[in-house]
Amino acid sequence: MSGFLWNILLALAWVGLNGEFTNGNFIVGFALGFLILFFARRGTDGRTGAPGYGRKVWQVTGLLLFFIKKLIVANVRVAYDVLTPGYRMRPGILAVPLDARTDLEITLLANLITLTPGTLSLDVSNDRRTLYIHAMYADDPEAVKLSIKHGFERRILEVLR
Amino acid sequence: MINESFGVVREVVVLALLFVGALFLLLAGVGVVRMPDVFTRMSAATKAATLGTLCMLCAVAVYFNDFGVTVRSMLVVAFVFMTAPVAAHQIGRAAYFIGVELWSGTRLDELRGRYDAETHVLNSHTTKNNSASDETHDTD
Repeated sequence: MSGFLWNILLALAWVGLNGEFTNGNFIVGFALGFLILFFARRGTDGRTGAPGYGRKVWQVTGLLLFFIKKLIVANVRVAYDVLTPGYRMRPGILAVPLDARTDLEITLLANLITLTPGTLSLDVSNDRRTLYIHAMYADDPEAVKLSIKHGFERRILEVLR
Repeated sequence: MINESFGVVREVVVLALLFVGALFLLLAGVGVVRMPDVFTRMSAATKAATLGTLCMLCAVAVYFNDFGVTVRSMLVVAFVFMTAPVAAHQIGRAAYFIGVELWSGTRLDELRGRYDAETHVLNSHTTKNNSASDETHDTD
């Protein structure tokens, strides 16, 4: 996260040196800043053991692309059910066991699940072990749970830990 | 010449984004009417609307191609994506808690009987006291 802030600062420095506030300038500045940080902080952080900046950006990009893919595929699926007569969905409320522990991890996971059409997070149990979600396509509840655990949760934990 | 063809491409991109965005916003509206219960309705309404808003604001950013406008539209996207799911989640949770009925086609409810009605504590496993009330509270 602090790496990202540094990257934006470097991009702003580049824009300031150029004297022109345009999209193109900012993107070039951001790319140059990324290269600097990539070489300055490759490998792993010796103190915390966190992966280097290049790897982190790669993971965040992966999560973002994965999310956009899910968003579009699921939206089309729900749109199909909305537009055609009859219901193809088999909704259900599922209990998903959580590996995420901190507030940030659980909030991010719940938000991404809610943003993906067809699934809606309802509540987290008080002991933070279970996330309850409403899924529109729960033909195979175990498969839905597994896809959340191996998809969103694994990627979120990769990015945040 | 290069500038001209770039302008055409940009226009096509803007048109496509506006069309897709408007389509999803329309779908969100139709979804609210078509879906059978509050949970599926929240699903149809909030998600299609956030995707529609995302497409619209991307179109705005591409059309104006100005740093200030791009930053502002990206900020709007960020805030919509942060707040919309929280609202949907709160409405869904409140609806479940006060006992809004699930659609008759709902095949599974693993949340049933896990709320403590007095303390609002949510258990991750069914407790003895609540499992007795399970049989009386049937969603069909």
